[in-house]
Amino acid sequence: MAKRLVIGSVISVSTAPLRLVTPEDHSVVIQTSSQVPRIESETELRSILATLSGVDSVGAEARVAKLATRSIKKSTKMAALDLAISMVDLTTLEGADTPGKVTSLCTKAMRPSPMDLSVPSVAAVCVYPDLVAHARSVLKGSPVAVAAVATAFPSGRASLMVKLMDVREAVANGADEIDMVIDRGAFLSGRIGQVYEEIVAVKQVCGKAHLKVILETGELVTYDNVRKASWIAMLAGADFIKTSTGKVPVAATQPVALVMLEAVRDFAEATGQIVGVKVAGGIRTSKDAIRYLVLVNETVGSTWMTPDLFRFGASSLLNDLLMQRLKQQRGTYIRPDEFSGD
Amino acid sequence: MTENNLPNSKLGSLQYDPAPESAAIAKLKSSYGLFINGKFTDPSKHEQFETINPATENQLATISQGSASDVDKAVKAARKAYDNVWSKTTGAERAKYLYRIARIIQERSRELAVVETLDNGKPIRESRDVDIPLAAAHFFYYAGWADKLEHAGFGNSPKPIGVAGQIIPWNFPLMMAAWKLAPALAAGNTCVLKPAETTPLSALILAEIIQQAGLPDGVVNIVTGDGATGSALVDHPGVDKIAFTGSTGVGRLIQQRVATSHKRLTLELGGKGANIVYEDAPIDEMIEGIIDGIFFNQGHVCCAGSRLLVQESIADDVLRRLVRRVEQLRVGDPMDKNTDIGAINSLEQLKRINELVAYGEQEGATRYTSSCELPKKGFWFAPTVFADVSQSHRIAREEIFGPVLSVLTFRTPEEAITKANNTNYGLACGVWSEKGSRTLWTAERLRAGVVWANTYNKFDPTSPFGGTRESGFGREGGKHGLEAYLNV
Repeated sequence: MAKRLVIGSVISVSTAPLRLVTPEDHSVVIQTSSQVPRIESETELRSILATLSGVDSVGAEARVAKLATRSIKKSTKMAALDLAISMVDLTTLEGADTPGKVTSLCTKAMRPSPMDLSVPSVAAVCVYPDLVAHARSVLKGSPVAVAAVATAFPSGRASLMVKLMDVREAVANGADEIDMVIDRGAFLSGRIGQVYEEIVAVKQVCGKAHLKVILETGELVTYDNVRKASWIAMLAGADFIKTSTGKVPVAATQPVALVMLEAVRDFAEATGQIVGVKVAGGIRTSKDAIRYLVLVNETVGSTWMTPDLFRFGASSLLNDLLMQRLKQQRGTYIRPDEFSGD
Repeated sequence: MTENNLPNSKLGSLQYDPAPESAAIAKLKSSYGLFINGKFTDPSKHEQFETINPATENQLATISQGSASDVDKAVKAARKAYDNVWSKTTGAERAKYLYRIARIIQERSRELAVVETLDNGKPIRESRDVDIPLAAAHFFYYAGWADKLEHAGFGNSPKPIGVAGQIIPWNFPLMMAAWKLAPALAAGNTCVLKPAETTPLSALILAEIIQQAGLPDGVVNIVTGDGATGSALVDHPGVDKIAFTGSTGVGRLIQQRVATSHKRLTLELGGKGANIVYEDAPIDEMIEGIIDGIFFNQGHVCCAGSRLLVQESIADDVLRRLVRRVEQLRVGDPMDKNTDIGAINSLEQLKRINELVAYGEQEGATRYTSSCELPKKGFWFAPTVFADVSQSHRIAREEIFGPVLSVLTFRTPEEAITKANNTNYGLACGVWSEKGSRTLWTAERLRAGVVWANTYNKFDPTSPFGGTRESGFGREGGKHGLEAYLNV
C-alpha cells in the first residue's frame, strides 16, 4: 500500500505568546523521516498534483523583480562569486565537440584561474555520453564530477529502450551525474504517468550516479506546468530538477527558478527528501548568477547554498565570474583575453 | 538521494553587506522658508520647527511654521494667479508645465528618493521604486488630460473650481503632493498645499522643481506647519475647495468646519482593509501579497490589508508560512538598499502602535513578532502578526497604521463578506483565489472603494482611488480624479 503524501500540513504553529519567533523555528523544516510514496497509478499521481497550489504569474514575476533589486556588495559579493564558481557545471554540448576541446574544458574546470589558485574548482563538467570516458580520464583524481546528458538529449524523442541504453553507456563510461530530459510531448498531452515511469526507470539504471531531470521549462510554457513537472520528477526519484537543455529558445528564467525552488522546499517539508535545483541555459553574467543565488538564499535558504544542491549549467558564465572576481580584488576590469576561451 | 541528516534550512543565511545610499545626495539646506507666490519667504511670525530623521532622531533641517497670515498670503497669491494667469492659460499650455514638472521629478529622482527616505523613514527601495516614479507618473498622466477636459465626460467645457486648499499626510509625502497638485493644475485650479508636519522636505524640493519648471508665480504655494496651519487653510474664506488625506478623526472635523461654507470637499481617510484568502489561492504569491499588503511602508498605508481573512481549511498552513516570511523581513537602516522595513515615522505614531498592540495581547490574540534586532536610536517596531483575532478585538476594528497584521478565519464565502464588511471603513480589500467567478462574486459584495484581485497595494495614475463611508469620499487618479477639481 502506497503511503499518502500530505503536502503543506507538516508542522502546526506554536501558540505560545510573544516573541516566540526564533530563526530556527521558522526556517524551511526538513522532516527526519522519509516519506516519498511509490506511485502506483496515473490516477494516484494526478490526485497528488491536484493538491498543489496554482502559481500566479504576475505575482511570481513581481517577487523575482523585487529580489533582483538586492544590492550585493563587498565581501558578500566576493563570497557569492566564489560560491557561484563552485556551482558551475562547465558545459559543452555541440556536435563539433572534440576530445581536445573537452581536455581544455576539464583543465579549466579543475583550475579555473591559473593566475589565482584560491579560485575554487567548478562542480562538474557536462558533456555528451561519447565524451564521458575522455573527460573522466582528464579529471582523474580531481573533485570535479563528470556529468553526461543522456536519454536522447535534447529532444528526448527516442524509445525508452534507447534512452536507457544511452544512460547505461554514460554510467559505464564513468559519469557521476546523468542529466536526462523528460518527455515533454507526453507531459503536454496529459500522459503524466509515462513521464513518471520513464524517470523511475532511468533512476534505476543510474545506479550510484546522481540523476538530474531536465524539465525543459521553455516548452512547458506555464508556471503551473513547471510546478507539476517538478513534483513528478521529485516523486520519481530525481536528485536534481533542472530547468533547460539550453537547446530551445527559452532557457532558464528567474521566475521559473523561483517556482522550482518553492517546489523543492515544499517537497522537503512534506517528505524529508532534499532535491537540488540546476538552472541552465542563457546564464552568462555574474549579475544573473548572483540574482539566482539571492533567490536560493531567500526561498530555500542555507541547506541549498552548496554545489551539492544548486548548480549553474553554463559555459561562458565562468569567465565573467572570474573577471568580476578580479575586479573585486583589483578595483579595475581586466581584458577578456586574460581568461582562457573554450 | 541526499541522506537526510541536515538541519532545517535557514532562510537568508547569506548575509548582505550594507549597501547604503549616500545621504549627501539629498543636498539639504539647513533651513527652508514658505513657498508663496513663486518665492521662498520667511514666515511672518518667524516661528520654526525641526524636521528629524525618524531612523536616527537626527535633525535634518529647520522648517517654517506657517501662521494664519502666511496662509492668507498664500491664498491671496493663489487667487491672484488664478484670476490673472492660470484661468486664462490654455489646457495645452498647462500641460507643458505639468510635463516639465514630471520630467524634472524624473531627473531629480535619486535626490528626491533620498530626501523622502531621510524624512519619512521608509526604505530607499520603496521611495526609489514606488513613491518617486508614481509621483512623476501622476504629473505625466494629468498633463495628458489638461487639453482634453471637454472629453472627460463632465460636459462641453468644464470649468475649474478656483483655489484649492490641499492637506496631505506623512506616509507618502511626495506622492500625495503629486496626487493633489497634478489633477488640480490640469483642471485649471491654483493650489495652496500644506505638507505634513513630520515630512515637509520633499514638498519643498518639489517647490524648487516648480520654480525650475517656470510655473507662473502663485499657481502653487506650499505652506509648511502643524495642525494650526492646516486649520487656517480649511477656514480661509478665499479657498474654494479642500482636499484632505489623513485620519478619519481630522477628516470629520474638517467636514464639520466646511459644512457651512461654499467649499467643496474630498476626503481620503483611514481604512481597515480586509485581505480575503480562499483555499484555492496561489499560495506563494498570496503570502507575498499579504506581506506587501501590511508591511509595505511599515504599514503606514491607509489602504493596508491589515485584516487577513483566511479560509479555515488552509489557516494553519498560511499562518506557518506567513510567520516564516515575517522572520525573513530585513528591518533596519532605511537608506540600505536591501532593507525591507524601515522606521516608524514618529514617536507619536510608535506610541499609538504600541498601545493597540498591548490591547491585542490583553484581549487574548496570539502574537508573533519577528526576532529581528532593532536599532537603538530612532523609532522602530518589529513586524508583527496576531493570530486568533476575532471581530470584536480592538486590533480587528481600529486602524493601527503600523506593521501589525490581524489574522481572522472564515469558513464560507458569505462569512468572509460579512466579516470584511463589518467595519466603519471602506477603502480597500484584496481577494485571493484562482477561481475568477469566485473573485468577481466576492468583489461585487465588498463595500470598499478599491478591490485588488490576487495582488495588493498596486497603484497607477489611470486608476481611481478612494473610499466609502468613514474612509471618505471623492476619487483621486484616473478620469474620476478630475471631477474633484472641476465645477461639475
